[in-house]
This record gives sequence, C-alpha cells and structure tokens, in this order.
Amino acid sequence: MCVEHEHKVAETYLDSGLPRVRVSCTVNGESVSRWIDPTMSLLHFLRHELNLLGTKEGCGEGECGACTIILGGKAVNSCLVLAQEAAGSRILTVEGLGQGGRLSVLQEEFIKEDALQCGFCTPGMLMSARALLDRNPEPEEEDIKEAIAGNLCRCTGYYPIIKAIRTASEREREASQR
Amino acid sequence: MMRPTMTPGRSEGTREERTREERTRSEGDRGETTREEGITGKTVYRQVGQSPNRLEAREKVTGRALYVHDMEFPGMLYAKMLHSPYAHAEILSIDVSEAKALPGVKAVLTGRELPYLLGLYMVDKPILAQHKVRYQGEPVAAVAAVDGKTAAKALSLIKVEYRPLPAVLSVEEALAGKVLVHEDINTLDYVKGVFFPQPDSNIASWHKTIKGDIQKGFAQAELIIENELRLPQVAHVPLETHVVIVEADPYSPKVKIWSSAQSPFAVRNLLAKAFGLSRADISLVVPYVGGGFGGKAGIHLEPLGVVLSRACQGRPVKIQATREEEFNQLPTREGLRGRVKTGVTKDGKIVAEEIYFDWDGGAYADYSVNVGRAAGYAGAGPYEIPNIELHSRTLYTNKVFGTAYRGFGHLETHWIIERQMDLVAQALGMDPYELRMKNLLREGAATITGEKITAYSGRVDQCLEAVAKEISWSGYQSALEREKAFQTGKARGKGLAVLHKAPAMPPNTSTSAIMQMDEDGNVRLLLGAIDMGQGAYTVMAQIAAEVLDMPLEKVKVIWENDTDKNPYDWQTVASKYTFMGGNAVIRCAQDLLRQMKEVAACVLRSPSEELTHGDEKIYHVQHHDKAIAYKDLALGYTYEDGTGIGGPLIGRGVYMAEGLTNLNPETGQGLPALDWTYGAHGAEIEIDLESGEIHVLKIASAFDVGRVINRKLAAGQVVGGVIQGLGSALIGGYKYSPEGRLLNPSFTDNKIPTAKDIPDRIVPIFIENPQLDGPFGARGVGEHPMISVPSVLANAVYDALGINFYELPLSPERIALALARRKE
Repeated sequence: MCVEHEHKVAETYLDSGLPRVRVSCTVNGESVSRWIDPTMSLLHFLRHELNLLGTKEGCGEGECGACTIILGGKAVNSCLVLAQEAAGSRILTVEGLGQGGRLSVLQEEFIKEDALQCGFCTPGMLMSARALLDRNPEPEEEDIKEAIAGNLCRCTGYYPIIKAIRTASEREREASQR
Repeated sequence: MMRPTMTPGRSEGTREERTREERTRSEGDRGETTREEGITGKTVYRQVGQSPNRLEAREKVTGRALYVHDMEFPGMLYAKMLHSPYAHAEILSIDVSEAKALPGVKAVLTGRELPYLLGLYMVDKPILAQHKVRYQGEPVAAVAAVDGKTAAKALSLIKVEYRPLPAVLSVEEALAGKVLVHEDINTLDYVKGVFFPQPDSNIASWHKTIKGDIQKGFAQAELIIENELRLPQVAHVPLETHVVIVEADPYSPKVKIWSSAQSPFAVRNLLAKAFGLSRADISLVVPYVGGGFGGKAGIHLEPLGVVLSRACQGRPVKIQATREEEFNQLPTREGLRGRVKTGVTKDGKIVAEEIYFDWDGGAYADYSVNVGRAAGYAGAGPYEIPNIELHSRTLYTNKVFGTAYRGFGHLETHWIIERQMDLVAQALGMDPYELRMKNLLREGAATITGEKITAYSGRVDQCLEAVAKEISWSGYQSALEREKAFQTGKARGKGLAVLHKAPAMPPNTSTSAIMQMDEDGNVRLLLGAIDMGQGAYTVMAQIAAEVLDMPLEKVKVIWENDTDKNPYDWQTVASKYTFMGGNAVIRCAQDLLRQMKEVAACVLRSPSEELTHGDEKIYHVQHHDKAIAYKDLALGYTYEDGTGIGGPLIGRGVYMAEGLTNLNPETGQGLPALDWTYGAHGAEIEIDLESGEIHVLKIASAFDVGRVINRKLAAGQVVGGVIQGLGSALIGGYKYSPEGRLLNPSFTDNKIPTAKDIPDRIVPIFIENPQLDGPFGARGVGEHPMISVPSVLANAVYDALGINFYELPLSPERIALALARRKE
C-alpha cells in the first residue's frame, strides 16, 4: 500500500516526466487548491480530487453532457477541459445549486415535473439549464432545446425537462420582480 | 380515460390531484384494502391514481444519489479489457509477459485460464474469449492495476496472434450454415424444453407456433400478401455504462459485488452455477442505477470481476465500461429479418398467416433465444388469426451479441406486423383502421397460443379508437392530395399502429416484499426489484400507503438493494413489477394489518372481525373511539403496568404468477401471459422533400393500463418510451464494415434523440379497464410505449409520400433516395 501511495501521489514529477501543477480555483463558492497531474481533466479533478461526485461521466468524449458544469459563467463539458485551464476560475457544480439545505427553484421544478428518471443525466442537465437562465432569464422553447441539446437523456423524452426549465424561469422572474 | 398533453413549455399539467376531502370515509371494513365506495358509487383512492413526486427525486437533483460509477473502496484496483479486432478468428497465442511485468499491474488474465461458460438460457459464453473470438469487440484479456492509466498501458503490451476466419455477418449467411459461430453447438448446455438449438447449425433456438391449418386457411384466402422487412441492431444507451466492483475473498468462497444491474438475484444464481458456489456466498448490492432498458438484465461484467479480484488476493476490482465498450462489447438489441405472408378475404378478414422471424442474435445467445420465444407468442400482433404458422429462429452471427431491450421482441416484430397490416390494407384498397378493427383481439377471441381473451383482458380496439380520434384519422390521402402537397416542398401524412405485450417470463416467476414498522409508525418496505428510474419504488410506496391508509411520507422504501437483505425477486424486467410487486405489497400490508388487528383485539377486547383500520389506527367498526394508533402496536402493545403483548411488526407478502404454463414444444400452444397490455399510436408527420427529413408533429399513444397508479410517472414512461421508439425508427442502428467491424461505436455516429429531435406534441392516453387480478386493476406499461413507434411512423410516411419502406431506420438519406428514385 505504501509503495503504491508513493507511486500515486508523492512524486513531484510524474512517470510521464511532467511536473505536477498547482490548480487553485473557486468551486461552489469555496476556494480550493491542489497539486495535480497536468493532464488531469476538470471532471476527474472535481470527482476524484474534490470528491464532488454529483458530476457524472457518461462518455468521456464530450458527446453526452452528463459532466456539464458551469465554468466562468458558461456551461462546459468538464471531461473536455483540463483542470489546469480552470485555474483562477469560478466553478459551479450541482452540489452548489441549493443553499443551506434548501433546493433551488430549478431543482424544485425538476422534481415537480418529474424531469428525471434514472437521474444520471440530471446534474449535467441542471447545470446547462442554470447557465441558460443566468444568461437569458426569459428563454423561448427553442432556446431551452438549444441549451440542452448537448445533454443526452435516455429516460424522460425531454418534455418534462423543457417544461421544468420553463416554469423555473417564470418563478425566478416573479421572485426577482418582488 | 384521461388525456394529459405533454407539450413542452406549457404549464397545463398532467396532474389531476384529488384532495383528501374528496375521499369518503370508510364505514365498514373490507378486510383487505381501503377501497371505498363513495356516494357516487365510484371507488375513491387516497394514493392510487394520484401523482406524487418520485421518492428519490431530491437525491437525484442534488447530486447526492450515488451510482456504482461513483463508488470507490480502499485498495481498489481498476480493470481494463483488450478487445478482438476481428469478427471471427482463432486465437493462436497470447503473450502477456510484458504486461505482467509492468509496475502497478496486479493481474493479467486470458480466456485460457478461465474454463467457464455462462449463459441465461444457452450456456455458451466464456468470460474472456477462449480459443477463438466470435465478434469484433469481444474481450480476449483483462488487466487489473493500481490505476486506469497503468491498466491501459499494460493492455498495449499484450501481444495476441490471430488467424482470421470467415465471418457470419447476416441472417442469410447464418442460415446457410457454411461457417459455424459455435462449432460446439451440439454439446452446449441449455434450458431444455423451452429452447431448441438445432444441431450443426447457427440456429440457437427455433421456436414454432402452429395453430389451425394454414394450407386450408390460405385456400380460403381471396388475397395473399407477402412481404419482407428488416431492422438493424440498436443500442440501449443507458447514460451510466455497465460497471461492477467485485471483492472475492481469497480465504473463503465469499464474493461481494456492487453492480449497476437490473436483476441481482439472477446474477447471483448464474454466478453460483458458473463457479459452483452457494447462493449464500454471493452478495450483490445495487445502489442507484443510471438506466438499464434491459441491457443490464443479464449477467455481464460480474464474472470477470470475480476472477480478477481472486487473482489479486481479494482486493476490490472495478470494471467500468467505456462508452465504446458499451456499444461494441456489451450486448445490444438483435437485428431482425421478418418474412410474412398474410391471407385475407376481400372484406379484410385474416384467414391465414405464415411468418418467419430470423433474428440476428450476434455471437452469444444471452436473452436472444428468449426474445425469439416471445416473438413466437406475441409476434403476430393483437389480432385474431385462425390459422397460423410462426417460426422464430434466433441465429448466431459474428456480431455484437443481442440481449433484452425494453419490450424485447415486440418493437421488432411489430415493425414487421404493423407495416404488413398497412400493406395488406393497401392491397385490399381498404382503410387500415377498418382492417385492424376487423381483426383485433376482443372478448371471446383466442390468441395464437390458444389463450381466451376475456372482458377483463383490456381493450385494444378502444386504444386504436382513441388515437385515431386524437389525430383526426380519416383514411389515407388520395394520390391527388399527395401531388398537391408535393408542390409545397413538404408532405404531410398520418399513420396508425397497434401493439400488445405480456411479460416474457417463466410460468413460475415470483416476487416478495417485507414490511417493518418503527415505533413512530413509519413503515420500512424491502423489495426485491430494482428502481432504475422507472418509478417502481414510488408506485409500491403508494400501494402500501393506500392499503394501510397512511400518508405516503410515512412509507420508506429501502433503496439500496442487497441480495443478502432484500427479499427475492426474479428480475426487474418485462413490465411485470407493478402487477407482481404491487400484489406482493398489497398482501404484505394486509399481513401487517392482520397482525395489528390480532393484538388490538386483545387490547380493545373486541373480536378482530369487528375491527377496521384507517388514518393510521385500528378501531372498532361501530365505536370509533375504541382505537389504537399503529405506532402503539409497532413494537408490540404495552399496557399501563408495563406488560407487553404482540411484538415487533413484520409483514410479508409474496406473489407468484398464476395460471401460466410452458409452451408446447411442437406447437407453441399454452398460456404465456400474466397480463396483456394493449396499446396504439397515431402519428402526424411532415417530410421535407428536399432533405428527406421527417418532422414529427404529433404522436398520440393510448394504453389500456387497467388502472393508473401514478399518473405523472405513467405519463413519464409513455413519453420517454415513445422517444426511445423514435430513436429506433429514425436514427439508431449498428453499421458494420464488410469484415464485421462495428463502424459506429460512439455517440458521434450512433446517436440517440436529443431535445431538438422530439415531436411537437406527444399525447399519452390512459384507458382503464381493470385487470381483475392486478393491483387495484393495474397492468404494466414500462416497455410498451416504444413498441410500434417505428411502424406508425413508416405508415405515416406512406400516407405522406405514397412510398412504402421496408427497412429501418427511416433516415433522411433513405427517404431522399427513395424520392429521387421515384422522380426518375
């Protein structure tokens, strides 16, 4: 075990000859900093370095959207981004959507509309929806479809997801007008 | 009948919330459930037919729901597999010495060291290819190492020498039998009497259904219509790929497995058989499952995990399929060639039918032989056919092997049959609606296996009528109308198709449930089935709450399914769990009530026959203040002086399928169906004549589900299922090179529908003619929505273009080419 531990963590230089790099960023409002393999994906960084397991890996090739997170205000496939590219950025993952034990409006609407079945695409879907509503609080149906077109869902047929995003946008607008 | 409309973005809901006030109070006790006749004489339920949110929704929207993908254990190793580049080849040698020498590698295994064969029905599949490979993508070696990168590097150091063999790549080549995929087919073990492998051939099973006399039938026919249709293999695509973690104790036979699996008890059973272990030595734990659709119903990566973990002194080994492996190594849906010959009278009555279904089952039989069997009793569609001969042959080919996929055998056979019905209607010059109505199974009719349809079997005619009305069906367009539309560059068309399906399962299938009550009156429910998103646990909680007459929030279904702790269930497949699990949970709750009444009878000094229940209390039918709260009985009742009576409440409920039989090996006659769920689709489409692209305007889908338990979840199954069917119809399909190499093992080229591909509207319609032995009258509906979606779309394409399509998918390319050919 000890030998492996060394093998995995303690060397400053990796087998590949590359030096570890330091990545510091803000994840869900919290500052984090880690020495990592420079080839590590942001998805791997979130899941394995920070233990944020809500973000899922569906294909590892940027085709399914299960690993979607918000990086610097934009929804991105975290499997296609190197962790070191996120240095200095603000990152939001599904774990950061609710506040103080309370669900966000978007999460509530996903539940109410049954916009999830197996739940594996749900975190990524929520993050694409969040990024959409952040840049466009009043999306048309086509905007919603466009925003989640990169997020594959095999269970729901998308209708309840589209509806949940629509109703969440309405509720958020009402709340901001109050 | 209720018609929620699923229109994205609109706020009108599918919910028909009934308030508590609407519910009438119980005056007498029915002894079994809280069913009540209100003043209207209508049964009013507190839970059944409502739309509560799924129980686990909160965990899933917060990212707290953990899947096997997310699990890691101390000392865990990561395994990777090396795949065959050939569809069919002899393995001459494998050199693993360099891979073994790589630092961080803990084990390297090849098929030569693993003399095991596994299989659900045909015992034909090695853990790793032994002396030859039978499909491109088949694993030939596996490595376990300290991390994935090391395992991948080790794979690259393995040297395999192959001698390519001619491959069997079509049903035609398989039937010709010049090359055998399994040269040892004559000696393979299999489930005898149910499956029928043919000696010295590629026929893994030949199922026959013979009823009446087709010679006589065809002699009576005034018109005989013959067609051949096909469809390719299509992938399930669960978002969570197959994954297992296995810990095999080196000092004992004990094996512990965490798996993304639909059928933990079936996996346990097959592992025990393969490795000669006791069932008690094997534990399977299934946490949240990221989609299954049948692809996780069999046994897949578990055996490899066992041998790898054993080779690594019992360290936990994780095998997580890549997306490419999900397409290329793990099983898919079978391809099918269907040849159908239908004899009809001039007024459209079917008098005879001969069908040959030839299944492109791939390299191993897995579920395919059972798919072939299901096609044998359900493959002619929901029609009364007096004379029929149906041959369903599951064939071995050198392709990715086939397995169960949502409604197995049914989407495929209904592609053939429901297209054939339209083709017959065209030949007769008849409205396809009328033709179907004339031949549908109704009360008093018999199925092709001789089962009598009763007034309580459900009504397919009502389903067809409902969807026809919903799309304003008025028959095919005339050629003139079509020509007019052609001028606009867009052609519109409508289509209809019906469907039926019963659970495909052994006649002795069973399930069980255990219920325990805590001292605060909450009930914990342990089930054998897996909830992989279909909503089974929510539905079971509703049924428990209904029978016990308590709030849904007080019923907790234990989520993680563990074969060491949970009661038995055969498999989570076949749309059978609402029916079977629902009945088991009703009996389980009744058992709990009976125990509570026994103790309450002593305490209240009343005969238990005079006690009833409601609102979490046991009370006297006449003197309502003679009552005890459930919670005061949960751990046994305690008198004021401290004396206790009774004991902790534990309810049990089982359900075993009733009245089913094996099918006659010669004729296929018998009773295979626990319950038939009937359905129908109506579709409206628009085709761009330039690009050949189909835009679906509307799909109306009706199912006679007997009774809706959860409206929101049932609508979710319909909408999600229709979209999966749409994928099979328009997009999906495996493509192979002439050498048998899968050309599209990724999302780039093997797509599923996205949010931009959905129809403008889907209208789910539920018809509720109760099934007398179903829980509250309910039947299953999980798989049915995708059946007949390809056929309804192709029928609408005919209406739009006047062109018939015989092969899937209905891709823009295929349609544009057909349009171009017609112009010429």
